Amino acid sequence: MKLKEVAQKNAPEITSLIVAVTLWQIVAEFIIKRELLLPSFFDVVSSFISTVESGTLFIDFSISLMHFGIGVIAALLIGIPVGIVMGWFKTVNRISDPIIEILRPIPPLAWIPFALVWLGLTHTAAGFVIFVGAVFPIIINTYTGFKSVSKINVEAAKVLGCVKQRSLIRHIAFPSSLPSITAGIRIGMGVGWMCLVAAEFFGVSKNGLGYKLWWHYGLHQMDFVLMYMFMLGILGLTIDKVFRKYIDKRLLKWQSGVVV
Amino acid sequence: MGKVSIENVSQYFINREGYKTQALKDLNLEIKDKEFVCIIGPSGCGKTTLLRIIAGLENPSSGKVTLDGEKITKPDPKRGMVFQEYSLFPWRTVIRNITFGPEMQGMDKNKSEEIAEEYLKLVGLEQFKNSYPYELSGGMRQRVAIARALANDPEVLLMDEPFGSLDAQTRNVLQSELLDIWEKKQITIAFVTHSVDEAVFLADKIVMLTSRPGKITNIIDVNLPRPRNRTSPDTNQFRDRVLKILAEERVKE
Repeated sequence: MKLKEVAQKNAPEITSLIVAVTLWQIVAEFIIKRELLLPSFFDVVSSFISTVESGTLFIDFSISLMHFGIGVIAALLIGIPVGIVMGWFKTVNRISDPIIEILRPIPPLAWIPFALVWLGLTHTAAGFVIFVGAVFPIIINTYTGFKSVSKINVEAAKVLGCVKQRSLIRHIAFPSSLPSITAGIRIGMGVGWMCLVAAEFFGVSKNGLGYKLWWHYGLHQMDFVLMYMFMLGILGLTIDKVFRKYIDKRLLKWQSGVVV
Repeated sequence: MGKVSIENVSQYFINREGYKTQALKDLNLEIKDKEFVCIIGPSGCGKTTLLRIIAGLENPSSGKVTLDGEKITKPDPKRGMVFQEYSLFPWRTVIRNITFGPEMQGMDKNKSEEIAEEYLKLVGLEQFKNSYPYELSGGMRQRVAIARALANDPEVLLMDEPFGSLDAQTRNVLQSELLDIWEKKQITIAFVTHSVDEAVFLADKIVMLTSRPGKITNIIDVNLPRPRNRTSPDTNQFRDRVLKILAEERVKE
């Protein structure tokens, strides 16, 4: 009964998916007929089942999440404080702005050689590349959030006895910038995720979604490649959804209604 | 005690091109303890600047302002302020907006919540305790802002056209409520407005400013008995007098 209700409610979405998968299966099996060019839906499903059964998919998930976690946590620990002091203190902004503006446009993947030279073939090296991708959006958005703290809120706080810079940052500027900061984190995590495949390409580990994608490509097992592509997409989507749900529910309750 | 003395206060602003504008010129004013003073004048006359100087948000270019003999140089919880725009912290619930001041004084959470609830009751918003500011109407928000300012137990309450953006009916209700609070809490109030009606209904004393540079032209004692009636002949006559003085000032300019 419940399943039926869900199906009825989401009929257009479900139909669209079913049609797409059917077309894909038909095109792959009867028109292209070459697994190398386009593996069929069932090829992908069977490769999925085999990696789940052997347990490698689970290890790949964990390793990739670890790389991603190292990068994103480092980006948060560095990006948010840097953005805060840049946004709050004009001199700090003028000192750090030229450096950041020079480093920022460098594509994160261009850092890979140095990541390997500095950190070797380690998980940290992969994390570093993701860090470079994630940190700038976090800095910029934290900075922008702090720049647009409403003057009237700051003055109201001062009159109420909140006068120290540190208290103003903690009690006024930070909470009021939170929408912008969390948007920065979302963008940063997205960019970091994009860097994952390349960061794992160099074999910092024998596991990881990105590494496995390349490895199977080397073996011309395109059904596995496609399966890992889907896994990267699904995991990326899930991370974003979970994060977004958390901030909307816990941190930005006060905003509902402001933006639909 | 909440006696404010303004002595020879002048204020200049220098803009980016180096242009100097004089906002206030040689202001002298005494606000007695527990007095309700309305400062009235055309927009751009420096009313808000004067209030901000009393609050300690700005320092005068020359002269000084004292509260009970003590010179004002920076903001202090002894002088509460209600702003013209909505100044509530949107990320805090109503009650947490009101506890903000006491919390900053280092009061523990339970005690400050107790105080906040008391003031919430005073402005009649107990049932909105856990709402966020975006869920409140304009009048309710300004009530919370008043409660928030009062929760610090200030000696002087500074109000910068707090009812300016409210509709006429809400404004009347809030004016009466403010008078009740003023009588209950026994504090000094300096209230900036551009509405003669509002000043005549509220004030013990009306201070008139002219614009550019802001100078005091008249100080009128409002000797109408309280509680006041908005439409009684006495009130109307008084309002007429104030309006005439304002008109004369405009001609002089």
